[in-house]
Amino acid sequence: MSELIQSSKVTGLTKVNDCVVKFANVNGSGSASANGMFAKAVFRMGIPISPHNIFPSNIQGLPTWFEVRINENGYLGRREGVDLIVAMNEQTIAKDIASVVPGGYVLYDSSKVLANELLRDDVTYLPIPLKDICLEEFEKPTQRQLFKNIVYVGALSAFLNIDFKVLTGLVSDQFRGKEKLILPNIHALELGHQYAIDNFACPLTLRLEKSEKNKGKILMDGNTATGLGSVYGGATVAAWYPLTPSTSVVDSFATYCKRLRIDAGTGKKKYSIVQAEDELAAIGIAIGAGWNGARAFTATSGPGISLMQEFLGLAYFSEVPIVLFNIQRVGPSTGMPTRSQQGDLLCCAYASHGDTKHVLLFPANPSECFDYAASAFDIADRIQSPVIVMSDLELGMNEQICDPLNWDDKSRYDRGKVLDAQQLDEIEKYGRYLDSDGDGIPYRTYPGTHPHKGSYFTRGSSHDSYAAYTEDGSVYAEVMDRLTLKMKTAVNYLPEPEFSETTSNNLGLAFIGTTISAINEVLDSLAKKGITLDTMRIRAFPFHDSVTEFFGAHQLVYVIEQNRDAQLKSLLKIECNIHEEKMHSILSYDGVLITAQHIEKSIIDSMIDVDASGEVPA
Amino acid sequence: MQAEKFPRKTAATMSYINKPKFKHPQMQTNDIGLTRRDYEGTLTTLCGGCGHDSISAAIIQAASEMSLEPHRVAKISGIGCSSKIPSYFLSKAHGFNSVHGRMPSVATGANIANKDLYYVGVSGDGDSASIGLGQFCHIVRRRINMLYIVANNGTYGLTKGQLSATADIGSRTKSGEESQFDNIDMATLAIELGASFVARSFSGDKKQLIPLLQAGLSHKGFAFIDVISPCVTFNNTDFSTHGYKNTWENYMALSEVDFVPMREEITTSYAAGKEKEITLHDGSAIHLHKTSNDYDPTDKENALHHINAYKKQGKIATGLLYINQSTSDLHELQETVDKPLNSLDNQELCPGNEVLKDINNSFR
Repeated sequence: MSELIQSSKVTGLTKVNDCVVKFANVNGSGSASANGMFAKAVFRMGIPISPHNIFPSNIQGLPTWFEVRINENGYLGRREGVDLIVAMNEQTIAKDIASVVPGGYVLYDSSKVLANELLRDDVTYLPIPLKDICLEEFEKPTQRQLFKNIVYVGALSAFLNIDFKVLTGLVSDQFRGKEKLILPNIHALELGHQYAIDNFACPLTLRLEKSEKNKGKILMDGNTATGLGSVYGGATVAAWYPLTPSTSVVDSFATYCKRLRIDAGTGKKKYSIVQAEDELAAIGIAIGAGWNGARAFTATSGPGISLMQEFLGLAYFSEVPIVLFNIQRVGPSTGMPTRSQQGDLLCCAYASHGDTKHVLLFPANPSECFDYAASAFDIADRIQSPVIVMSDLELGMNEQICDPLNWDDKSRYDRGKVLDAQQLDEIEKYGRYLDSDGDGIPYRTYPGTHPHKGSYFTRGSSHDSYAAYTEDGSVYAEVMDRLTLKMKTAVNYLPEPEFSETTSNNLGLAFIGTTISAINEVLDSLAKKGITLDTMRIRAFPFHDSVTEFFGAHQLVYVIEQNRDAQLKSLLKIECNIHEEKMHSILSYDGVLITAQHIEKSIIDSMIDVDASGEVPA
Repeated sequence: MQAEKFPRKTAATMSYINKPKFKHPQMQTNDIGLTRRDYEGTLTTLCGGCGHDSISAAIIQAASEMSLEPHRVAKISGIGCSSKIPSYFLSKAHGFNSVHGRMPSVATGANIANKDLYYVGVSGDGDSASIGLGQFCHIVRRRINMLYIVANNGTYGLTKGQLSATADIGSRTKSGEESQFDNIDMATLAIELGASFVARSFSGDKKQLIPLLQAGLSHKGFAFIDVISPCVTFNNTDFSTHGYKNTWENYMALSEVDFVPMREEITTSYAAGKEKEITLHDGSAIHLHKTSNDYDPTDKENALHHINAYKKQGKIATGLLYINQSTSDLHELQETVDKPLNSLDNQELCPGNEVLKDINNSFR
């Protein structure tokens, strides 16, 4: 078998710092930390990298993939086609080998003979007897299983020219405090490395070279940044119900609170985390705490958002600040729980029955997850309404290269319009829902502030400016109009869209969140074909006027989003009155990150269609 | 922030009924100089004779006698006739009429944010035994330090008389609908789930209810009172087990309670056996007169046995049913700081940029 493979005369891909490496594993086999180590090693070599976990809703047994794009130019979106596959899963090996591009490589465990039908004559096979090596070298059954993963990482370091010292450094970092694990791990790396050198011409023509591109950068996932941002933003109450892919937001909050929020004198906690019985209780707890003056949040995903609808209406109408992190996954219903989508825009923008509207923030990278998490608490307090941070599984659960997190020590929390006892004393008569400043935002008080002033009865039923129950239609309408005004005011506190330098042409791209990963690649590739586009990354809802102006300044804007129904386009139509002809949707909704190739093809196809009709858009 | 930003209220914006503010000059004041009026709320919009109004009145008297500062209380409810009750007492306290069946979660969050206030949750049998049963169970488990009152009338009043989950099997509403299903007993459920203070009373028995409310407010931990509170409009028939007639006829006090505020020295001595004195965390005490020597309200199984034994005879066990003074509340379990979480400022909460630099390094 091995001879047959060796004898094939395939010219392998020849590329430096530009490849897609995919690991096909069995869930629960311990591959995650080995694959993560590989990604981190490439990051430490200074080469731009974006790892993506494509995992099942399962603990053990189902197939899982780890796909890594490495690109010196910083094109870090997903790319179709695999250059090197590490095929460790017999269930999926046929499909995995088929996914390799001609000239690519297949690393597999040659302890078992590869079936004839899995042999391709246009790829190079890299057989390594992983199981046999581990059986010989390690005693314990768990080690024999786990170290297969480390051995292939060692082999990859020889094949791809990864600095071995970087890998051993990573092992030391990873097992700090568990020193007796360091040596066996390094031994496993060496076994793989040595086997590759002894049996193959290393490195391959597909290889890596040290770079300087990651200077100053960090490699972090969005949910970790979100949890940390909540610590920095002053959240003291987190209530949640476990739900993939949002769970790690609260995990991160808990981890950093244990480190950073313990009172030095007493050892007591300056925070409270409640694992609620369901998402309804989770948001109810956040609302109770927000009403009582604590910064509170909950984190969830699609099914939780559906359950929270009634409470979101209560918080909107009774004007209680809370922060809700929605780490979007694929719906409808249970959908694909471990895949990513931007599918909750409409159901969050107008969550709950009746006329409602909610502030949405769209972070696109972990640094923004941190910043937006922290500022969401300011915005919520300022506008006294829920703020929903719209992340997604792709951003939340995958590590990304981003700028280091930064905090301005001079900044102070904006607790919004809250009256204390002294201020209440100066007032003749307090009205909870009175628009004293003409900006639609009333003044609130915390329970227990003043012995006889400032109390009010919070309710989700219709109320007047003094929080008293009313069924007077005109009074109700006044409150609803004030809430409309409040949402207009809210825009002043939201991040502006991010625009590219204008090339004063007629075509534009509009998008949100993780779609950004594909944009540079699309722009560069189209520029080579003579097509230039201006871009607008929308970062918040309700939209700024500059969003409408962008459409006014361009003849056609491609609205790119990761859902079936063009929900962002719908919002733009509803809120900004943008004409249908001004917008061309580019959609992707297969649960994995949108690719530059898909966007580029859609743009070119649309131009061909228009050309055929005799109209040229640009 | 200027005073003129908040002008006087005009009549046009009012569509609820304010109680007259008149105070008789010789009205008695309590230890903090407040009169009963200072503990009242807005005028009730419930039906004349509704048991719920008696509950409001009992809370007013209980709080006034205890000299509670009204603004140090937070009142939270769900939806339904019962959940209107917080409007009708302590207008100087903040109130929150939340969503149907979800008062427990809102109360939980409020309590976590500021442990220094008194929390009074008012709910009904529809609110807590049906749509909110899950939340009820979990707030009991979570040991929130609060007084949780269920105004229990066995029916859905606001939607005109459907049976509720606390209606006993065989009980019939005004329209003749008979309950075919076993009822949920909120008191025994609360005991099972770990509530540390569980009582049952009757809106018509102020003498029993007021000391129970006072003891419940003073109790540190989750205090639950199931108050049978007849719905005069839809569920007060001779065939309803939640009507006045049945309740008076089958009402059995397992214990009688006297509440002794902490400022009063306890001088009375009680005979052993049927009497028991329990000192609460805030220094106040309750004197418990039991109906029998073998009933022990500090023993979970014993208390459940007595309640169920009465139930078998068609009797309603009332009074302080169960008390456990040795449990911790959520704040103690979670070891939160002594200051209320809502009072922590920027400096106490934000770790600052130097720390963030170290964190950044751990992601390189």
